[in-house]
Amino acid sequence: MSDPILGVKNLSVYYGESQAVKHVNLGFKDKSVTAVIGPSGCGKSTLLRALNRMNDFIPNVRIEGEVKYRNQNIYGKSMDPAEVRRRIGMVFQKPNPFPKTIYKNIIWGPKINGYKFDPDELVEKSLKGAALWKEVKDRLHDSALALSGGQQQRLCIARAIAMSPEVILMDEPCSALDPKSTLSIEELIGEMRKNYCIVIVTHNMQQAGRVSDDTAFFYNGDLIEFGATKKIFTNPDNSQTEDYITGRFG
Amino acid sequence: MTPLSKALDQGFKYLLLALVLITLIVTVSVIVLLTKESSGFFSQVPLGEFLFGKEWTPLLEPKSFGVLPLVNGTFMIVFGAIGMALPAGLFVATYLNEYATDRTRSYIKPALEVLAGIPTVVYGFFALTFVTPILKTMFPEIQIFNAASGAIVVAIMVLPMIASLVDDGFRSVPRALREGAYGLGANSVEVITQVVIPAAGTRITAAVVLAISRAIGETMAVTLAAGATPKITANPLESIQTMTAYIVQVTSGDVQAGGIEYQTVYVVGALLFVITFMMNVIGNIVLSKPVMEAR
Repeated sequence: MSDPILGVKNLSVYYGESQAVKHVNLGFKDKSVTAVIGPSGCGKSTLLRALNRMNDFIPNVRIEGEVKYRNQNIYGKSMDPAEVRRRIGMVFQKPNPFPKTIYKNIIWGPKINGYKFDPDELVEKSLKGAALWKEVKDRLHDSALALSGGQQQRLCIARAIAMSPEVILMDEPCSALDPKSTLSIEELIGEMRKNYCIVIVTHNMQQAGRVSDDTAFFYNGDLIEFGATKKIFTNPDNSQTEDYITGRFG
Repeated sequence: MTPLSKALDQGFKYLLLALVLITLIVTVSVIVLLTKESSGFFSQVPLGEFLFGKEWTPLLEPKSFGVLPLVNGTFMIVFGAIGMALPAGLFVATYLNEYATDRTRSYIKPALEVLAGIPTVVYGFFALTFVTPILKTMFPEIQIFNAASGAIVVAIMVLPMIASLVDDGFRSVPRALREGAYGLGANSVEVITQVVIPAAGTRITAAVVLAISRAIGETMAVTLAAGATPKITANPLESIQTMTAYIVQVTSGDVQAGGIEYQTVYVVGALLFVITFMMNVIGNIVLSKPVMEAR
């Protein structure tokens, strides 16, 4: 068990007057998967987007408290949000590859950020890291939009990997996919656990149980319970957690 | 249904059909008229001489019927205007989409529409009495009638259309795509130039094609501002003549109907028609392509 690489300290997120995340304290360990679960509107996606400043683009959002990445507050005055997002990558709910070729999708991020790299090598490495290489190696210069939904999502993961981040945030990455593609993404997350700190928001509890090491349960913007996934799913301390896990609400 | 309401229903149907037919008849008659008068012209002047001749002096002796000087004049205005309006339109659309608050947007959009509602003849004397004097302070050798001031006001005229179509194009780019780019550490300039503009590419092309059509057909402003000197030149500070301005000159003058001078109006009109028709066809081809393609 390592120390948290990313953590939130007394974090609150407001949309205008309404508070979506309430005074949350939570740490995410390196080389492990943390699932964030809870019913719709519980603030789990808002929390996730606060972790790499993706909420910056939403008008009227206000953040209080701290998000610490390697002991630096990412909301600190000297912090460059682009730098934060280079280190803390993100995979979105719906696959969102650029309308470019598969190859260009991978190298776009490293290129605009001025990384020095061998493009062929990076493309191969990233696609292998996302378990997509075998399927696309003969058509790297085809449009990414010609891929299936599951392949597009793995391409988005490959695109995130290409930036060599330390943390990868996943916002319900399988919610737009069929069961077979979901399975392949879940297997991929199992592989990626070895190298990254992964935070995955999901409303699918079976998924949280399958892929994660730790689980955080949110309700109404409050962190209700956080602990090892096994414990949360078999013997939660809080009755609300138990009710949600066993499907009594949500 | 009562017999009366049935009759009304039928009558209404035929009324609508008649209105549709009128538009068809007008289009067909224009084409027939242009073809008829043009064929009279081409029985005296070979097509090659018309299309590739470098002198246009149908009203003076010796007469010469090479249309290139007018085409040159028209395209000077078109390229000049689009060259200014496209970058400006991209900036306006970018500002409206990526930076403006809803409140600012609600002021700028109507202001642009007002620009589109100004009569073109007003633009013409605006060019002559406002733009040209300003240009003269920068380029003292400029002629009173010149292509530059014409191109500038035509650019102002097509700007609202370009800005609004490009704005629609930008809006059609999903937010998820922008977020994907920001999520990779891109800044807003990179997101706009490398993700949003390419993804809206077909819309931008369509906007340009439509703006070109509009600029080619623009008449009053260029008649007033750009002059009546058909010539092949690349110097925007000189007086030129566009195809449309030539038609104005002849039809408002005392040229006798039926003569070859008179027929030149139709043949230039036919050429204009062919060019704008081709632009519209190109525009439709571009728009029919899928919105997001790999580049």
